[in-house]
Amino acid sequence: MLSTLFAAADWVSPAVDYHAIAPEIIVAVGICVVLLADLFIADRSKWLLSTVAGFTLLGAFIPVLTLGLSDEGTRSLFDGRYVIDDFSIVLKGLFLLSAYVIVLLSTTHIEEGDYYQGEYWVLMLSSILGMLMMTSSRDLVSIFVALEFLSIPAYMLAAWRKRDAKSNEAGVKYFLLGVFASAVLLYGMSLLYGVANSTLLSDLASEMSGQLTSIRVLAVVFVVVGFAFKVSAVPFHTWAPDTYEGAPTPVTAFLSVASKAAGFVALVTVLYVAVPGASDVWQPLIWVLAALTMTVGNVMALRQTNIVRMLAYSSIAQGGFILMPLAVAAEGNSSAAVLRSVVTYLIVYAATNLGMFGIILAVSRKTRSGEVASFGGLFSYAPGIGALATIFLASLAGIPPLGGWIGKFSAFQAVLEAGTTWGYVLAVIGAVNSVIAFGYYGNVMREMWMRPVPNGDTSAIATPAPIKLALGITGLATLALGILPGVALHFGDIAVFSSAFGG
Amino acid sequence: MDILRDHNWVLSVGTFLPLAGVLVMLFIPKAEEQLQKAVALITALATLGVGVYTLTLFNYDRAGEMQFVAQTNWISVIKSTYYIGLDGISLPLYILSMVITVLVMIYSWDHIPSPGNPKAFLILMLVLQTGMAGTFISQDLILFFVFFELVLLPMYFMIGVWGGENRQYASLKFFLYTMFGSALMLVAFLALFFKTGAESFAIPYLVENGGAIAKNTQVWIFAGMFIGFAVKVPMFPFHTWLPDAHTQAPTQGSVILAAVLLKLGTYGFIRIAIPMLPDAAREWAPYIGLLAVIGIIYGALGCLAQTDMKRLIAFSSVAHMGFVMLGISTLTSFGMNAAVFGMVAHGLITGMLFFVAGSVKDRYHTLEIARLGGLLKQVPHLAWILGFCVMASLGLPGLAGFWGEFPAILSAYSPLSGLSEVTFRVYMVIAAMGTVLAAAYLLWLFQRIAFGEPKPEFGGHTSDSHDGHDHAGHDDAHHSDIHDVTVYEWVAWTPLLIAIVLFGVMPNLLFKLIDPAVAAIVTQIGG
Repeated sequence: MLSTLFAAADWVSPAVDYHAIAPEIIVAVGICVVLLADLFIADRSKWLLSTVAGFTLLGAFIPVLTLGLSDEGTRSLFDGRYVIDDFSIVLKGLFLLSAYVIVLLSTTHIEEGDYYQGEYWVLMLSSILGMLMMTSSRDLVSIFVALEFLSIPAYMLAAWRKRDAKSNEAGVKYFLLGVFASAVLLYGMSLLYGVANSTLLSDLASEMSGQLTSIRVLAVVFVVVGFAFKVSAVPFHTWAPDTYEGAPTPVTAFLSVASKAAGFVALVTVLYVAVPGASDVWQPLIWVLAALTMTVGNVMALRQTNIVRMLAYSSIAQGGFILMPLAVAAEGNSSAAVLRSVVTYLIVYAATNLGMFGIILAVSRKTRSGEVASFGGLFSYAPGIGALATIFLASLAGIPPLGGWIGKFSAFQAVLEAGTTWGYVLAVIGAVNSVIAFGYYGNVMREMWMRPVPNGDTSAIATPAPIKLALGITGLATLALGILPGVALHFGDIAVFSSAFGG
Repeated sequence: MDILRDHNWVLSVGTFLPLAGVLVMLFIPKAEEQLQKAVALITALATLGVGVYTLTLFNYDRAGEMQFVAQTNWISVIKSTYYIGLDGISLPLYILSMVITVLVMIYSWDHIPSPGNPKAFLILMLVLQTGMAGTFISQDLILFFVFFELVLLPMYFMIGVWGGENRQYASLKFFLYTMFGSALMLVAFLALFFKTGAESFAIPYLVENGGAIAKNTQVWIFAGMFIGFAVKVPMFPFHTWLPDAHTQAPTQGSVILAAVLLKLGTYGFIRIAIPMLPDAAREWAPYIGLLAVIGIIYGALGCLAQTDMKRLIAFSSVAHMGFVMLGISTLTSFGMNAAVFGMVAHGLITGMLFFVAGSVKDRYHTLEIARLGGLLKQVPHLAWILGFCVMASLGLPGLAGFWGEFPAILSAYSPLSGLSEVTFRVYMVIAAMGTVLAAAYLLWLFQRIAFGEPKPEFGGHTSDSHDGHDHAGHDDAHHSDIHDVTVYEWVAWTPLLIAIVLFGVMPNLLFKLIDPAVAAIVTQIGG
């Protein structure tokens, strides 16, 4: 009976390589386990949920490792709409490890905050699942689904402290501008589909080359602008500071690292796989975005007195540095170097920025304040945390031998490799900006090292074990990536698309 | 080659040993201050020990070649390697950095500046030492850049935490200036890398191939490097961070800054900018020379206007580094020899002057020249040491300063063929006038501080009695601190004083080392 039914249908179930999508499956199972367990376990045992979430992520990391070590090469599923290539494997690894650190950062905060724990972890894991999907999506539809999958839980996470007006503002702003961006993006995608009659990125690539008609230009512009919202590039950044400040700090860490990285992954995928032929359109656009993002982000960051808000602008500025090499991605043979620099930057930025958020969480447990001034004299009474914070800040500022410098360095390298005048100009703008950036990173260092302790309260900081672990991981990573930059660059180097002009 | 390749571990050990000390110190509680100091001093001494061992192994007949070369993979993706080596130019500066660190550690034994915390202070100093030594041995641009930047943060904190009243302003200014320079320098390094075919960051490779780059491009790349190095030297008009940094830094910071950090810039010109971009160097030389002589005169005039002893010494650094840069700008073997010698001599002498200034501040709690006086009566040994350093600094023959200054002026008489002789002879005359001004401001400084009677507020003319009862109404606390040179100071200073005399009497000790290495560089620019 059944066999006849199958025989009759002209639809054939596609062959699914379960090894290839094992990370996604594990996270999906983890989501269900957390969701169900939340219903049945008592309030005092809710801490188990964070443990389950953490182990889910580590568990999902195992198949990423086996995929990375396997010799099979690129695994292409669903007619090439879902591809597990080196790029996606490296970024899946990055997302899972960052997410694990974010779980560590969240645990105490969520437990103590009297929030709904189960839902928090479900949303967090869902968002991460969306990011994992994003790394492999090679089709406009799956990219859009992944993007919404990672964004919608993030809107809710931003508004997590629901009795707090600022948190609500954070959620609403993020949501409104997020869906607006999605709409713009969708419009661009619909134009792309209209032009190419296909949603498969590789089909688009052949259609989007040569002389571009105005509709093609418009499509590319809309898509780039849509992603520019997601990566909070100036002038589409206005949601970021308010959202970052209002959201619970671990969620801010999540947004500024993982969610932002996912936006870059999507942008790079589309630029490299779908519309490399339209580089005449998007290169100048990204050039302007990058220059503006770096400069405005930095200048605004200089004026902030709230540390989370400052980090929000700093992460906007860092985003400008990630965008910078993309502005010359199609010049000469620089595409490989550009992709490498984007991935490298994302890796070191994740380690460093998560570490800095860990510091903020640890310090604010004592000071109950988000002001930069609350860091006053930190080094004198908590030298360990002070020294670590210095390492993270210096790394964000791009000072060797800490991780951040190799990110900046490879970005400069990629821009200069193109050898165009515009590339040189952008590199000089970047160089000047990296100096401005020290103004505000250095300001926090100055507070910690050179200013008196506010209120003279020099009691020790009690850092919970998960945050300590997170600080340990990120601190070691920041140092190791800086002293042995080959590691980050290696992952950046192997992370290439299976089919793109960079690969 | 085998002999040169043997012992190639000494440089790595000499450079990274301080970090081992840092690791040990991290595990010693903050309260164990004496233990911290002991570990730091032992580390610095052990490092110097490795340095002295390097001196004994160095093949002096082949000082023009890189020795103790070691090269291993580091960042293969961007074709940068861990590539180190040492020749006759690097060696004196490498050893100088080690000596200065040891002496500063000894001085720190009873001079930890306020607000204390010797653990952090000494750890920073050891990190600084690694950065300084590493810069002088790097044979790879990226490695050079990393070490060059490594000194930034420790110095920033040293000035900002342990400095004077205006420390935060001064430290930020120091940091932003240097970082601005090095950001452009990095861009220039990368441009050079790509213009030579993106093959390697190795300094010898780039020296060999940089000359093939079109002249116009060279000039631009040189501009980036020029800003990076000129800020560090510092050359006029990038010098304004220096007086602030020096004045506000703790004594130890000033000494390291003057003795070693400023040399990173001039070293960069000699090792990197000039040999790699010979055409650009010839194009830039007259302008470098011009800024150098402006620096000499401006620094000297600045000195005459200062009312603060430390600030005066800082401005004298601007003038002295002007002589070094003048020597470099001639692009001749003679001028560069003078420049490298001048770097070492300035390190010894100005380092010593800052030590003395720090000790004066410890005793009198002021460096205002108008309030000081009669040091010869009150603290005769200290005053004589100051007098000695002043003489050395103004270039008295027989002391080390002479061999940096006089040949530099002389070299401007005949610059590299192709450079305008007239221009450089004019520079020579101006620089010579600078030495007169130098004598003026230094002797005037010494006269105002050391001669005459001690000021009433510091206890009049009583040199041996430290009690202030006769001067009721004045600051007794100040008065009770006034004493002559202590044991720690003697131990820290004697080696410098001996070196100043030694190199003054036997300059060949250094020139013998420097000359072959300089000759190798000058051949690159066709001299």
